[in-house]
Amino acid sequence: MGKRTRMRESTGPRSPGPTTPTRDTRTIRAKMVLLGSSGVGKSSLALRFSKDEFKGTLPTVGCAYFTQVVCLSDVTFHFEIWDTAGQEKYHSVTPLYYRGAHAALVVYDISKRESFIRAQMWLRELEKHYIPASTVMVLVGNKGDLSELCQVTLQEGHSLAVDRGLLFMETSAKSGNQVSELMLAIDRPLEGSR
Amino acid sequence: MAVYVHNKGIPWEVQQNGTLAPVDHLRNERSESPTPGLVVGTEPGAGQESAMFVHAQSFEDLTADSEPTTEPEPEGETVLGESAEEEALCLGAEQETQEEQQPEVEVEEERPENRSKEEDVCSEVWRSHRKHVFVLSEAGKPIYTRYGTEEALSSTMGVMMALVSVVEADKNIIRSIHADGYKVVFLRKTPLVLVGVSQTCQSDRELTRELQYIYYQIVSLLTLTQLNHIFQHKQNYDLRRLLAGSEHLTDNLLRLLDRDPGLLLSAVTCLPLASSTRDLVSSSLQAAKAKSLVFSILLAGDRLVTLVRKKDQYLHHMDLHLLFNLVGSSSSFREGEGWTPICLPKFNTAGFFHAHISYLEPASDLCLILVSTDREDFFNLSDCKRRFLERLSRRTAYQSLKEALKCPSYSVTQVGIPELRHFLYKSKSSGLYTSPELPLPYQSLEEQERLMGLYQYLHSRLHQPTRPLRSIYRCGETENLLAWVTSGFELYLCFSPLGTKAMAVAAVNKLLKWIRREEDRLFILSPMTY
Repeated sequence: MGKRTRMRESTGPRSPGPTTPTRDTRTIRAKMVLLGSSGVGKSSLALRFSKDEFKGTLPTVGCAYFTQVVCLSDVTFHFEIWDTAGQEKYHSVTPLYYRGAHAALVVYDISKRESFIRAQMWLRELEKHYIPASTVMVLVGNKGDLSELCQVTLQEGHSLAVDRGLLFMETSAKSGNQVSELMLAIDRPLEGSR
Repeated sequence: MAVYVHNKGIPWEVQQNGTLAPVDHLRNERSESPTPGLVVGTEPGAGQESAMFVHAQSFEDLTADSEPTTEPEPEGETVLGESAEEEALCLGAEQETQEEQQPEVEVEEERPENRSKEEDVCSEVWRSHRKHVFVLSEAGKPIYTRYGTEEALSSTMGVMMALVSVVEADKNIIRSIHADGYKVVFLRKTPLVLVGVSQTCQSDRELTRELQYIYYQIVSLLTLTQLNHIFQHKQNYDLRRLLAGSEHLTDNLLRLLDRDPGLLLSAVTCLPLASSTRDLVSSSLQAAKAKSLVFSILLAGDRLVTLVRKKDQYLHHMDLHLLFNLVGSSSSFREGEGWTPICLPKFNTAGFFHAHISYLEPASDLCLILVSTDREDFFNLSDCKRRFLERLSRRTAYQSLKEALKCPSYSVTQVGIPELRHFLYKSKSSGLYTSPELPLPYQSLEEQERLMGLYQYLHSRLHQPTRPLRSIYRCGETENLLAWVTSGFELYLCFSPLGTKAMAVAAVNKLLKWIRREEDRLFILSPMTY
């Protein structure tokens, strides 16, 4: 983990490569989308990922887009992250965001049973929409810090993921626990598939 | 995706009848010493080219579509057959009538902004709120309440719907109920019913207008077409499902209605900025265009820096306020670039625009809104933003703009009228207003809302449909107020209680001259189109 550095790209999605030149690194551009019902912490995960911060957020309006550069020892990832709103009224536009995605994170809140059920609906929807096999799909149980209020056990999440052939991770955007591991878990197959 | 730009909507007619848009040959005759007799389009702050907004008779425009043909007369006032335009009420007469009705409640009005939801609806605290707003479906299902939870209020809302239905059964429409110091105002906007319960001294009309804002807020999230479709399909649909996560937008809009003079005046205020700088910002924005782009709007906090629009497309101030509200009450645009469908109901209630919303810099107050007709156009607009920023950064204008952000308002002392504490000046033809920062006595939230309440009162008197006034002077213990409306502008002034009426009248001229001198800075005089 120590080798990994974070940089924020401020100039927008089409900017040229990484600012720190490293020897013969590959650059991989990857579109990543966060899905899941309202209030499960998609924006917080995204914020933890991009700025390593946590703060209470208001519900996302529509969709938020940002870019993030991740440098591993031999690969540089340019992530284009689409953080979608979980609210039902925006569902008609979400196909725009997961279309062509290289990585899809389906997030639920371990302290809310309903969000787990919604997550399964998201998975079904993704399956319906020509998501290619190369897409890295991850089931994420967020709010791991609320383990005493847990309504969805680690085991349940795990078996659902195994069932569908997904990666699985329980994280906490609040404490930062397992978030970088989650990103690493995504990076590896992305690297392999391209 | 269909393109929803339409050209045959109602707002256009207003432009065509010629009474409101600036008349061509008059535009250059900007007199040095404006008088109340000014022709529309020549008052201080009037735009030099075509106006920037659709600015139908502002207030009337908003109420027109729902106004009954007969306006109920407020109690205690009789119409004595005056002509429509009545000249100022004199000092003494106005004095007491106002003072006694001032409700002195709000002993412990709490202000924590976000907690109002958990409140017990049977408690005294809940009852004592100055203004309640309820939204329900025609089946009587709760959709929104400002305080407390909707679940707890389902029977109350059922009663509200029953009241509406009973009156409608007699082929009549319920407008309002006045009882025990409360006003209950009903607004029926199929498929929704909105109810306001107020202890303030606002008129029914003002309250109805606020309900309209709430109605349009809901439409802006869903479009009227979708709303109708849902309820035609399933009459007892629970709309809260679709509005989930957006309640804070309505909460915030209600706060704005209590505090922001722009919503009262149907106008927008600008960031004071040297006109050369503003023009450069505008032209940079104008250059960063895309095919699907309809409006480019740059905001600094709650102030407009500039607005560039597609030729022949106008943005209604109400839609702009809804955009302001959206940006002001969301945090997600700070973290990345926002991309959201939004309906601008005064433009077209049937379809969505797609707005690209982002801050120019992470910690900056400058927020750019690009409104497009194409929902697939995100990267194009993202590129527009990049081009705009690049162009702007190359010029010194960006520095001056950032400099101007440090003092987004001005002090009333600059005007040089010692007794003047505060004022609102709206140029009718540009739909823009200007106002200094609130001076010391009005800086607390209570005092700010009290002053707004006074302005609201004056506004409702000026625009009283059966007996509109041209001017009104009101003496009070804590301040004296003068309001004046002409065909070109609307002016509200607040003086120290020691001032006299003669002095107030003299101040008007001085103030108008000052605004004329400063209009380059305070208004957008040359709006641009792509």
